Amino acid sequence: MNPILFAVVVVAAIGIVGAVILVAASVVMYVPVDERVEQINAVLAGANCGACGFAGCADYARAVVEDGAPIDKCTPGGVECTGAVAAIMGVEAGQSRSMKAAVACSGDCEHTAKRFDYQGLNRCAAAKGLYGGDGACAYGCLGYGDCAAVCPFGAIAMERGIARIDRTKCVGCGLCVSACPNGIIHLVPEHRRKPVVLCSSRDKGADVRAVCSAGCIGCMKCAKVCAKDAITVDNNLAVIDQDRCVGCQLCVKECPVGVIRVPGAE
Amino acid sequence: MAVKLASIFFTMILVDNYVLVKFLGICPFLGVSKKLDSAVGMSLAVTFVMVLSTAVTWPIYTMILEPNGLAYLQTIVFILVIAILVQLLENVLKKYIPTLYRALGVYLPLITTNCTILGVTILNLDEGYNFIESIVCAAGAGIGFLVAMVLFSGVRRRVEDAAPPKCFEGLPITLVSAAMVSLSFMGFGGIVEAVFGG
Repeated sequence: MNPILFAVVVVAAIGIVGAVILVAASVVMYVPVDERVEQINAVLAGANCGACGFAGCADYARAVVEDGAPIDKCTPGGVECTGAVAAIMGVEAGQSRSMKAAVACSGDCEHTAKRFDYQGLNRCAAAKGLYGGDGACAYGCLGYGDCAAVCPFGAIAMERGIARIDRTKCVGCGLCVSACPNGIIHLVPEHRRKPVVLCSSRDKGADVRAVCSAGCIGCMKCAKVCAKDAITVDNNLAVIDQDRCVGCQLCVKECPVGVIRVPGAE
Repeated sequence: MAVKLASIFFTMILVDNYVLVKFLGICPFLGVSKKLDSAVGMSLAVTFVMVLSTAVTWPIYTMILEPNGLAYLQTIVFILVIAILVQLLENVLKKYIPTLYRALGVYLPLITTNCTILGVTILNLDEGYNFIESIVCAAGAGIGFLVAMVLFSGVRRRVEDAAPPKCFEGLPITLVSAAMVSLSFMGFGGIVEAVFGG
């Protein structure tokens, strides 16, 4: 027999035997997969960010169908995604708000200063470990970009010493919230008019003024001007209840230090 | 016999480590070694497939290819057989051990094209090992892969915290540190022969 032909026959035979085994195996060991898993996987955001608390989009899709996991966990997909999953699962979507991250600090280079010259690792967590960080204000943004490093969507940039979040790119996965060693990043419901207090300092007014010209001094002016009692001042820091707030923005005009702003509006 | 098997096993782990000494399987070595748990998962899957594919390719070579003068076909036949085997394994795991299937996840199909697997099966034959020796050698190679991955994931954690010069950031410093780990493994040369009198 022609040696070339022989070689071809042998390799083809091995291939065919393998193919037969594989086909037989796929028939014998067929695992019924709920087709809804595939459908849900297709409508999820596909970012595999882990914001839902599962190992990835595919894992979350499986958990929704098999373990009855909540359907509104996909923050990057937002409301449309929840609606699509609800349609597939045949349940009501319920209320799901789109959340975006906001950095509660206004102390950029113009408004605050450094306490000392930090020369260690270029990370917030490391800087924080050294006497609470090099910032004059112990509560504020450390500015070494741990949040920017962890953001899978490239939505965070360090500008003038503080983190700035690109609201168009942010999907509200919350990875930056847990990455920030000072805990100053919060998820707030996305709204065009409702403001947020962009400061985290709980020091007394005079102490805040000494280190930062853009810090909440706990003057209570916002709480007094608010018609809906949505603002409380707790531990020298104003907090706005987003559920009560109607977005009238009286507090924005009243704030003497300008830390009450609508995130992303500037 | 037992001494020879032990000698082969430890030689594969320390002296002839596939990743650090023979420089095979560098892609998963660099790609999956960022986290310890994924490194371990990948290594275990590689070890498993290595032993299994050796157990299949050795008989195919000695019973079908070599007697018919087709030894030159070993590369293409082995690739074919390994691909079939991994696919079959995926089916079996999916059906009977879904937890393991989910744990191995994406690594399993990745292994199909892993050059370490092919390297082990072919180099086993070059060494003239018999069936049992081949299996032991494959297991040793897998464990050696595991050792290299675990060691290197530790090294990488340190490297990530260091601040190398800008031009070394990322892959360059990873390759430099991989070279140093590899150099340190060169120090094992001759040890196994001395211990087992190989």
